[in-house]
Amino acid sequence: MQLMGIGVLTWLTFLPVLGMVLVLLIPKDQKDAIRWSSLIVTLIQLLLSIGIFMKFDRGMAGINSEAGMQFVEKATWIDIKSIAWFGRIHIDYFVGIDGLSVTMVILTALISAVAILSAWNIEKSVKGYFALFLLLDAGMMGVFVSLDFFLFYIFWEVMLLPMYFLIGIWGGARREYAAIKFFLYTLFGSVLMLLAMIALYFSVNVYIDANGVIYSVTEAMKHGLDGLEKMYTFNMLAMMDPGNYVPGSLLAGAHTSMRYLAYVALFIGFAIKIPCFPFHTWLPDAHVEAPTAISVILAGVLLKMGTYGLLRISFPIFPDAMVHYSWMLALLGVISMVYGALVAMAQTDFKKLIAYSSISHMGVVTLGMASMNTQGITGAVFQMFNHGTITAMLFLIVGVIYDRAHTRGLNEFGGLMNQMPKYSGIMVVAFFAALGLPGLSGFISEAFALLGSFQTFRVLTMIAAVTIVITAGYMLWTLQRVFLGQLPEKWKGLTDMNTREAIMLWPLALIVIFLGIYPSPILDMMNTSLNALAGILDQARHATTMMGMN
Amino acid sequence: MSQELLLNLSIVILVLPLVGFTLMIFFGKRLPRQGDWLETSIIATALILAVTVLYQKMMLYPHETLALNFTWVDFHDVPGIGPMKIVLGFGIDNLAAIMLVVVTLISTLVHFFSIGYMQGDIRYSRYFAYLGIFSFSMLMIVLADNLFMLYVGWELVGLSSYLLIGHWYEKQSASNAAMKAFIVNRVGDIGFFIGIMILFANFHTFNLQEIFEAIHSGRIPFNSESWLTAAGILIFCGAIGKSAQFPLHVWLPDAMEGPTPVSALIHAATMVAAGVYLVARTFPMMTADALMLIAYIGAITAFISATIAIAQNDIKKVLAYSTISQLGYMVMGLGVGAYTAGFFHLVTHAMFKAGLFLGSGSVIHGMHHALHHQHDHHTDPQDIRNMGGLKSKMPVTYWTFLIYTLAISGVPLTSGFMSKDSILAGTLAFGSLTGQYLIPIIGFFVAGLTAFYMFRLVILTFYGEHKDAHRAEHLHESPKIMTVPLMILAALSFFIFYSSNPLDAANGWISKALERPESVVPASVAAASTEVFEEEHHHAHNTAMMLSLLVAGIGIAIAFAMYHWKKISADKIAETFSGPHKFLLNKWGFDDLYMGVVVNGTLAMTNMWKWFDNTIIDGAVNGAGSITKVTSFVSGKFDSIVIDGLVNLSAYLSGFSGLVLRKFQTGKVQTYIVFVVFSVMAFYFAFRLL
Amino acid sequence: MNSFFSAFFAWLPNVQLAHFLIVSAVLFSLGLYGIMTRRNAILVLMGVELVLNAANINFIAFSRYGGANLDGQAAAVFVIILAAAEAAVALAIVLNIYHRFQTVNVDEISNLKE
Repeated sequence: MQLMGIGVLTWLTFLPVLGMVLVLLIPKDQKDAIRWSSLIVTLIQLLLSIGIFMKFDRGMAGINSEAGMQFVEKATWIDIKSIAWFGRIHIDYFVGIDGLSVTMVILTALISAVAILSAWNIEKSVKGYFALFLLLDAGMMGVFVSLDFFLFYIFWEVMLLPMYFLIGIWGGARREYAAIKFFLYTLFGSVLMLLAMIALYFSVNVYIDANGVIYSVTEAMKHGLDGLEKMYTFNMLAMMDPGNYVPGSLLAGAHTSMRYLAYVALFIGFAIKIPCFPFHTWLPDAHVEAPTAISVILAGVLLKMGTYGLLRISFPIFPDAMVHYSWMLALLGVISMVYGALVAMAQTDFKKLIAYSSISHMGVVTLGMASMNTQGITGAVFQMFNHGTITAMLFLIVGVIYDRAHTRGLNEFGGLMNQMPKYSGIMVVAFFAALGLPGLSGFISEAFALLGSFQTFRVLTMIAAVTIVITAGYMLWTLQRVFLGQLPEKWKGLTDMNTREAIMLWPLALIVIFLGIYPSPILDMMNTSLNALAGILDQARHATTMMGMN
Repeated sequence: MSQELLLNLSIVILVLPLVGFTLMIFFGKRLPRQGDWLETSIIATALILAVTVLYQKMMLYPHETLALNFTWVDFHDVPGIGPMKIVLGFGIDNLAAIMLVVVTLISTLVHFFSIGYMQGDIRYSRYFAYLGIFSFSMLMIVLADNLFMLYVGWELVGLSSYLLIGHWYEKQSASNAAMKAFIVNRVGDIGFFIGIMILFANFHTFNLQEIFEAIHSGRIPFNSESWLTAAGILIFCGAIGKSAQFPLHVWLPDAMEGPTPVSALIHAATMVAAGVYLVARTFPMMTADALMLIAYIGAITAFISATIAIAQNDIKKVLAYSTISQLGYMVMGLGVGAYTAGFFHLVTHAMFKAGLFLGSGSVIHGMHHALHHQHDHHTDPQDIRNMGGLKSKMPVTYWTFLIYTLAISGVPLTSGFMSKDSILAGTLAFGSLTGQYLIPIIGFFVAGLTAFYMFRLVILTFYGEHKDAHRAEHLHESPKIMTVPLMILAALSFFIFYSSNPLDAANGWISKALERPESVVPASVAAASTEVFEEEHHHAHNTAMMLSLLVAGIGIAIAFAMYHWKKISADKIAETFSGPHKFLLNKWGFDDLYMGVVVNGTLAMTNMWKWFDNTIIDGAVNGAGSITKVTSFVSGKFDSIVIDGLVNLSAYLSGFSGLVLRKFQTGKVQTYIVFVVFSVMAFYFAFRLL
Repeated sequence: MNSFFSAFFAWLPNVQLAHFLIVSAVLFSLGLYGIMTRRNAILVLMGVELVLNAANINFIAFSRYGGANLDGQAAAVFVIILAAAEAAVALAIVLNIYHRFQTVNVDEISNLKE
């Protein structure tokens, strides 16, 4: 799928950058022009992603085969023929999507457009805000479409910087603290990821011919080595092929301590982003201080990068280490679920409560992934999507009330149900979706994740099931404190949702309801890929049992 | 009618209330009369269709299970398992067909009753919308042929129950009760869900029939019979929550905060019976141990709540505890193996208990209006101590209420007599088969208690003189729209609708339609087979009938002696046994226990974890930050003092030496010449000497 | 003592190379002394003249007693010419210094120092 000779994924990724340039060219007092152009850019992005949704071939697996990737674009980006002992450096601009990333791409486009809408009433240096926002958008999209580790890493870091400023400048009272904490914490994870990436780089080699075509070692053997040059690579798909590992290199083989170490380093890098207990404390601070739109992006998309990274990179590259550590992943998932829910219950700040509920819900994703079977991983990826929409709704809901009342204290409200009926209607959908009510999308993903993980970890999953109650407890308690009961005198003047707010909330609500009844449109898209991924893990598991390890 | 048509009809029945709900939520307020006619006519249509389905099913396919399946999610070729699909679907067997009619019938009557009862309510259209979503989800439970949809419906009835209990959410107690109902139910749902997980992990299907077949073929979960028992018990946990069984029964009395017709529909007739329905659905896979536990839970529940009901003074609370007690009866009936009797009791109980609640609603409605007339906002319109003498004021309500009471007490010619008697016979059979005689003892004792407290309620409410003569003038019968449903339900409380023989239900059409399914579990863990059980059941029938008549008679007699003829002073007994009385009045202290231990414990724990999170985990993060800061400060000092000090020292040294040496640099050639001369001389002598 | 003087006077009329060298050395020393000690620039220049002439004496003496040609004399003539030129330039400089600083005291003219 190409537009004007440029692949659709490149459009998706760099359209926001173009939008940023456009925004920067608009004089800064033309606030509406800035807002509208940002919105239009994200809407075009959304349209493109809908196009992808339509054209996406549900039967192609992807994961570790380049042939199974769709909308692939591959071009030489950096090619330095020879540097002393380093050999040839060849990095491709390599993007493509499969069933795993396509949901995330759609989610990113959707949430970005919604978040732009929710940022409409920002008045403080509008131009900078939207420019940074669009840059952030580009970074997120880039992470989800990259198939080259180097490219992935760059996008990963590109997204950090605008986030830092968006929290640090437009945030609440303790914004500097939160922004720095977020930045440093993520950077710490990135460093570990970088180390693992470099270790992988020097362990994996492929062959390249004069035209820049890459051959894996197996392919090269078949083809004959004439005219081929050996080189290291950052290509993720090459890293997933055990045949490409240089014998005797750092990460060659299976179940070696170096591989475990690299896996753990990568895991910590991603776990910080998820955020998985005990790396989660940046999240509540960042959420509380961030402006609404940024909370929406943070919870809706950014957190998924962690779990996406695990699925895209850690699992297929280190299936042996994944099998070895799966119980730990499951344990952390369960702890995040239960712990996040318990801590959420004790919060009195609306946003903080939802931040902790995010931790709890992302625990479901971690647990589902750790199951290593299709049901569990499907649940996990679907939960990533659903958490994106549901938590985005929750943060938008907080934003709506915060815009009017300028407080987020749960105990200060009451009886809003009568004062703001339309708003409350949406809120009921969002709250019940968050507590996993059947008929709404959150339930299906949580159910699949648990069903899958039960097959692998019985006791842990039973413990995890306790969250069903705790989540219901804090969600309903919040609902009661804010929406039920008597309306305090001081909130008599609160107005109901306006059209803009309705426009940003209703599509999400409809998606949540629709996918709750009929999830197949999303599930079908990822099914083939996730079967392939589960196949890789299954194979590793069998190999492990045969080796008598684990 | 073809099977497809029947199935399609039942799907129409299922979807109709949902359509009603959607229309009412969005347009309800704009419709004339706020749309009550819309929702009511929809549910009435559903009732007509349901009756048609039942009739056709009984006539044409009395033994088949009609099923309509569709693939909901296709996982394709799953590694390690092979092709896997999640197939959902609807199934209509006799159980479902009967439940369809029960649900739609009660729902329709409650809709009509509500038109009168809820007149002028602030959220009138919303109320009907919620009734719609309730009917939809309840029908979904009924029609589901798989555990997944059952669970979905299960949770959705929880939602509608939440919304309806909290209908008057401005009241703190109402919103608390709603929350309590939902959360307590979810506690049971954890077990239910784990049970589903066990089955799905092994059989990769949610379809009950397929699960039964798999178990029947010898594939049991994790190759262990205890897992099979566990799965059964865990699924029953869902029923414990939904059917308000001990120890999760605490939510149901609080749920009386909702409007009374809601209590009739949801918390008496249908939703709470869903637990019993679930046990009936999963009956074939229950092992003997699981059934034993179910029987005991049912018996304990029946006993505890019957004792509590004696001491309650709120008309709805008495009925609530009586509901719990009767649900315990049904569960006990299923547990002992009296499948048909347990389910039969569900049906008869649905009729007379819905009637009792609607009757109490009629009473409260009347009381409320009278109090409203007097501008009295302090007297509780639900407290039976404020009532009395309503017999003459509200004759229709009284007579229907009396019929229901007779039915629940197990007086012959009523439906309740047949079903209760059948359960009691089942317990006797169970006792003689397993030696567990405690269960029949509890069963008969509770039967007596039930008769006692129900007549206590009738006497205090309707007999004697009204407590406030002035108020009595304003009391009058409820409107027709409310009394007609009462009369219909009263009629349905007679035996004739269920069996031609008023003393034995065994030949009635319901009993014929609902034969106990054969157990599929391995013989080593199975309960007594149907044949053996039926044999015992038949033997026990006459004994049970005599005994139950006896205990019911004693119960009624004591009630009259204490409250009508005042031969025995109830107050005196309460005084003499003030400890037990308080204990019963306080509902055995369950609420206090749960509040004190579970709720406060959880809250304390959440606060502890919050502290832990803020102090330890975040402390570690901030600590790492601070340590880095301290380290950087120290190394900064090291840099500026030691490293930079060395650099500065060398500069200082050269500066100092410059200061010294500059003395020699006078800028005068003459001085330099002196140096030159002396230096030359010095070199000369130096070389000379060396 | 007397023996020293008698020996000295006995040696004195016998003019030889050493005599010239002694005279030259005395002249050189006087010149050097003058250069080192005088503050007046003109006197310093006179000291320089003395040093140059001491050198001339050495040239001529070594030429007379050492070699067969007139190299020494030739060099002496060059030195005299050079000294004349030097004196002219140096005096001009001194005159300019005097114009500028109103002094010819070398101690006070220390602008080159810093």
